[in-house]
Amino acid sequence: MIRTLLQSRNFTLGLILILVFALAALISFVWTPYAIDGVDIPNKLRTPAWPYVLGTDQYGRDVLSMIMVGARVSIAVALVAVGIGMVIGVPLGLAAAAKKGSFWDEVIMRGNDLVFAFPSLVIAILITAIFGASAINAIIAIGIFNIPVFARITRGGALSLWERDYILTARVAGKTPTRISMEHILPNVMNLLIVQGTIQFSLGILAEAGLSFVGLGVQPPMPSWGRMLAESQTLIYSTPTLALFPGLAILFTVLGLNLMGDGLRDIFDPKVRKART
Amino acid sequence: MFRYILKRLQALVISLIIASLVIFAAVEVVPGDPASFMLGINAQEDTIMALREQLGLNVSLWERYFTWVTGMVQGDFGTSYTYRTPVSDMIAERMVISLPLALYALTLSTLIAFPAGIIAATRRGSVADVSVMGVTQLGVAIPNFWFAMLMVVVFAINLGWFSAGGFPGWDAGFFAAMKALTLPAIALALPQASILARVMRSSLLDTLSEDYIRTARAKGLTRRQALWRHALRNALIPVLTIIGLQFAFLLAGGIIIEKVFFLPGLGQLIFQAITQRDLIVVESVVMLLVFAVILVNFAVDLAYGIADPRLRRART
Repeated sequence: MIRTLLQSRNFTLGLILILVFALAALISFVWTPYAIDGVDIPNKLRTPAWPYVLGTDQYGRDVLSMIMVGARVSIAVALVAVGIGMVIGVPLGLAAAAKKGSFWDEVIMRGNDLVFAFPSLVIAILITAIFGASAINAIIAIGIFNIPVFARITRGGALSLWERDYILTARVAGKTPTRISMEHILPNVMNLLIVQGTIQFSLGILAEAGLSFVGLGVQPPMPSWGRMLAESQTLIYSTPTLALFPGLAILFTVLGLNLMGDGLRDIFDPKVRKART
Repeated sequence: MFRYILKRLQALVISLIIASLVIFAAVEVVPGDPASFMLGINAQEDTIMALREQLGLNVSLWERYFTWVTGMVQGDFGTSYTYRTPVSDMIAERMVISLPLALYALTLSTLIAFPAGIIAATRRGSVADVSVMGVTQLGVAIPNFWFAMLMVVVFAINLGWFSAGGFPGWDAGFFAAMKALTLPAIALALPQASILARVMRSSLLDTLSEDYIRTARAKGLTRRQALWRHALRNALIPVLTIIGLQFAFLLAGGIIIEKVFFLPGLGQLIFQAITQRDLIVVESVVMLLVFAVILVNFAVDLAYGIADPRLRRART
């Protein structure tokens, strides 16, 4: 399995990109080149040069250190948001498929349509207007947006499985719909969920960056890629490099996840692999 | 067809009612009373009561909900807590920027995506296809507000072709206004165009391998004729859905891009309203955005029903 995965160029390239940022995030817990909470005015707005590899911001904070700490915020927010979407969305999708055409199926699917009408930015605006801006609220906003995505994809995958003979056999054997869903349906839609999970993960990183950029996400003094970009905006005339690196960090992380998703999809679905090459 | 429309219309009304209930309920659980917030901490009890009366906060929740909804249906969104001007005027003032921006971006995105997707699909594996796929891979991954900032650095600061931000107003002339919206529209359009081009490509690849295309070729149509007469039309259905979804996204996503270019659109209005706790404005703008999404989805559903009679039966 792992060998097949690594044979996919997309997957390997994506994995390397993600590992770099994940590693940076992990290292930032124990070590960063400079402290990120200190103000060092004499060294402010340095252009990238040793020892400030990526330069410093208007308070003299090291950009590389901030990007490392920012990585853990981005990854954590997006990962938890995917978790929320899966934990709530997948059971809903399984239930809807198990009782296809029933009242509950209708309620779940219409509920999904309704949540779809609220873009994550709009949910975030509502939540922020009510509870104030914070990383937790950004997670909730992105998480809520993920629920119908996973519910839909689970239901879609599960519906075709319910037609299969081995499910019929399981029913004849007296298994309840809940048990069938858990033992036979869920393992077989797992591939779909993993691919969708990587996609939602990358969308979550973008969403978190956007929310933090407009001030609805992570709050100071915690560094985040989106807020670094927002702060660099006023300095863009004098120090354009400040706007460069956080953006590249977002770009490479999202690109990495998308490549991994593409690779996984190709591997899980040989039919697609043939069509795509 | 009539029954299908009726059924969709019913779903539309139900979603609108539920969405309005959710938004209203969400905003109403906000701790803190707008009246005392507006008057500050030193306000007299009776002044607060008088203001509450004036803002219509002293009636029951249901009454307030009904006043809000019936008002909206008639185009009356209430009065801003902060500015004491009609919310509908404030929104209208901002919409003349946000709506053209979204439409501009949607037009650009479609104009880029269609040729790119068609070329990539018809010349699969060629240099053109590989570059379209590569560029769109980047386009999907790039945060649009960062791309916007990069464009400001290049086209506004270094080359001086555009101004770095602000909006001269439509009074300054159509072209001056459109020029101010051009960089924001490109920034908004790029990721959307990338998604759309990929959908166009894969949808067209699917239809091109259908039997009826082979039949069309067998009866003597050239590749080009088969593409234009048969494949493209059938490939458009998934593309339409994405365009519908994108319009809603562009309207909401514009909020972030507006911030990069300091455009006085809906985004600025809503962020101001949040900091000033002008909840009636937040409520109304959010409702408007959600309404737009629901309405567009409804339109896409109808377009489906017209394009593909099978869907009419399947969904009723």
